[in-house]
Amino acid sequence: MITARYHREIPQRYRLEAGKCEQCGHVDFPPRIVCPRCKGRRFATVVLHDEGTLVTFTVVRVASDRFSKETPFAVGIVELSDGVRVTTQIADADVDGLQIGQKVRIVFRRIQEDGKAGILCYGYKAVTD
Amino acid sequence: MRDVAVIGVGITRFGELWAKSIKDIFVEAALKAMGDAGVDHIDSMYVGAMSPGLFVGQEHLGAVMADYLGVTPVPATRVESACASGGASFRQAFLEVASGASDIVLAGGVEKMTDGADVTDTLATAADQEYEVYHGITFPGLYALIARAHMQRYGTTREQLAAVAVKNHRNGSKNPNAQFRSEVTLEQVMNSAMVADPLRLLDCSPVSDGAAAVIVASMDVAKKLNKNPIRVIASTQASDTIALHSRSDIATLSSVMKAAQKAYKMADVTPADIDFAEVHDCFTIAEIVVSEDLGFFDKGKGGEAAAQGWTAIECNKTPINTSGGLKSKGHPVGATGIAQIIEVYDQLNGNAGARQVKDAHIGMAQNMGGSGASCVIHILEGK
Repeated sequence: MITARYHREIPQRYRLEAGKCEQCGHVDFPPRIVCPRCKGRRFATVVLHDEGTLVTFTVVRVASDRFSKETPFAVGIVELSDGVRVTTQIADADVDGLQIGQKVRIVFRRIQEDGKAGILCYGYKAVTD
Repeated sequence: MRDVAVIGVGITRFGELWAKSIKDIFVEAALKAMGDAGVDHIDSMYVGAMSPGLFVGQEHLGAVMADYLGVTPVPATRVESACASGGASFRQAFLEVASGASDIVLAGGVEKMTDGADVTDTLATAADQEYEVYHGITFPGLYALIARAHMQRYGTTREQLAAVAVKNHRNGSKNPNAQFRSEVTLEQVMNSAMVADPLRLLDCSPVSDGAAAVIVASMDVAKKLNKNPIRVIASTQASDTIALHSRSDIATLSSVMKAAQKAYKMADVTPADIDFAEVHDCFTIAEIVVSEDLGFFDKGKGGEAAAQGWTAIECNKTPINTSGGLKSKGHPVGATGIAQIIEVYDQLNGNAGARQVKDAHIGMAQNMGGSGASCVIHILEGK
């Protein structure tokens, strides 16, 4: 996770900035150059809602080396109230008590550490309240 | 397009081949295929491989393998579509021969996964690096997301997932090239270590080394060589969103449905005409979803089909993964799509030994990349 690569994703990871197609209204997260629905190329920046529901989830027990110290941790697909779906960890939860359809809220958290460059990498996680 | 046939095949043992390099195993499979086909030259070659750069630090695999196979200066290209790299390699060879540009082409695939790389991290490069993998999701994790959605929607059970592994190990126990030639019980699958809930260790295909190659030729050339050609009657491919979360239906693999619809049309057959199929069971849930999305079973009935034995070799419906599948035969990623073609070829030639499907005339190979962002399908016809 080198610096430039990390830096350019900050608007999405820190602030949930998405692109809203000015032609058809489709919201893309992350923003795109071409709208997958209408092929439009003009977008306005919008900020996603921070509340949503759990569409599906798993508990990762065997992770890649970068996340091996974090196991077990829950990861799910969350549908935010504006209809956009994201993959995110579900933090602070009883991993055996999660359910599809559960309400969650997006919060700002540390996601991982880049061991080689020593950079702390932040972003969004879901919490169940 | 010209008629295209497979005229020879070669495969290595799949498993932890620590004494052999990626070059050794590819050349072994390629030489076997050329020998089997009875050809002393090829017009070009393709090498399917997912990530030799990360697994063994070697890119430019087309030229590497042409050099070590001793066939330079023929055109040689590596083909990559994640876990569908082998199927995509075969498709390139098919298209090159069908177009008339070449008469005899080698389509191979290889992966060397046990040379010390972080396999979980390398495989995860087939998903969206910034918006899936960044959050710690793994490939077992992505298929676990599909599994839980499928269980919630259709009532698919843990036992039904396990039934896929039991059946594929039973088939693989009859395959001399399989990584795991041992049977497993339902209880062993259900009690194996949890990897990503609800998927357990014995729901997952293994980490494998292996290579496979086939010789593809025009039907005219095949007949001159006096071979028993197996005709390729469909070659199709489809893509889908790279991120699982971008799809409206998490429990359906639309690239599989789209590639299948095109394949049935190209071959002028229906799902009921397919006598057996090799499908991409990287995880048990994948075989269940794919068996539905190929049209073999109604949506939501794939789990029941596996548990009822409707996909077993001796069934009278659609035998699936007679080779043992990725689960038992092993999954050296880039080799898998070619190994599937080889199982179909052997079945159609009546050379599948104890795994032989009776009256096998039409067989399918379905190869998939990522969480279904790529799907390649081939249908082959024997006598």
